[in-house]
Amino acid sequence: MAEKKWMPRWFYQLASPRWCYQITGKLLPIFAVAALILLVGGTAWALIYAPADYQQGNSFRIIYIHVPSAILAQSCYMMMAVAGAIGLIWKMKVADMVAKACAPIGASIAILALATGAIWGKPTWGAWWVWDARLTSMLILLFLYLGVIALNSAIESEQTAAQATAVLALVGLVNIPIIKYSVDWWNTLHQPATFTLTERPAMAMEMWLPLLVMVIGFYCFFAVVMMLRLRNEIIQRERRSSWVRELISG
Amino acid sequence: MSFETFAEFIDMGGHGLYVWLSYAIALVVIVLNIVNPLMQKRQIFTEQARRLRREKQAS
Repeated sequence: MAEKKWMPRWFYQLASPRWCYQITGKLLPIFAVAALILLVGGTAWALIYAPADYQQGNSFRIIYIHVPSAILAQSCYMMMAVAGAIGLIWKMKVADMVAKACAPIGASIAILALATGAIWGKPTWGAWWVWDARLTSMLILLFLYLGVIALNSAIESEQTAAQATAVLALVGLVNIPIIKYSVDWWNTLHQPATFTLTERPAMAMEMWLPLLVMVIGFYCFFAVVMMLRLRNEIIQRERRSSWVRELISG
Repeated sequence: MSFETFAEFIDMGGHGLYVWLSYAIALVVIVLNIVNPLMQKRQIFTEQARRLRREKQAS
């Protein structure tokens, strides 16, 4: 790598599995504590202190799970695709590992978003499921995750599997703007975005603040489980290297 | 506080089932996401430790 150092130093450090293992070991407890505080505090705020919606009553409290999980499911997908692209372009092993670690987490979070959406839909719309653009594109997101997981496990060679899943993830990236703008492009039953950082929020402050806490809490939770999986992946693939041998026998 | 009594809190204005089911599923998803990699880690470490011992005996 010495001949062409045109990226910042941390970029090359990230490429070292050993360095990644060490840095994630330091970051993990910080994010774990942050996730715990934010999620426990946010849940209490959401369930007990936030006011009920004047139209939907208390079923509105599902938003504090539904919106963060829907946002996270999409962010996780983007991270998976970008990491896959970095792996493709720079042949960076750690990026492939990050992409692989993202898939099962994203799939489970997409399931959570869909499930809470269905549960919220029943008292609000009178139906668990409708074939509306937002719901359908979100279901496609789940299928993309499942496709990535299946493709990854079907290919024996780690490198080929990483390349194939990266391409699939990048093609599926087209679905992300479709999810985002589905509520504007089509007449949907789903309400437009309630959570936004750039504009004045459409909801009352005392409802929006606990939602912000939950969104940040979900991101911290994602950082924790993502690093846990990444570290497993590093150990698994670097098992023949001397530092992993020392780590295991020591 | 939005609720006067604990019973009201559980009932959630008649939407208790929906609200609590959502939060329960969220808890399950979060716990599984933490437990799964931790168990995997233990498995990897035992497997690799066994392999290292075998290699040591062989040499």
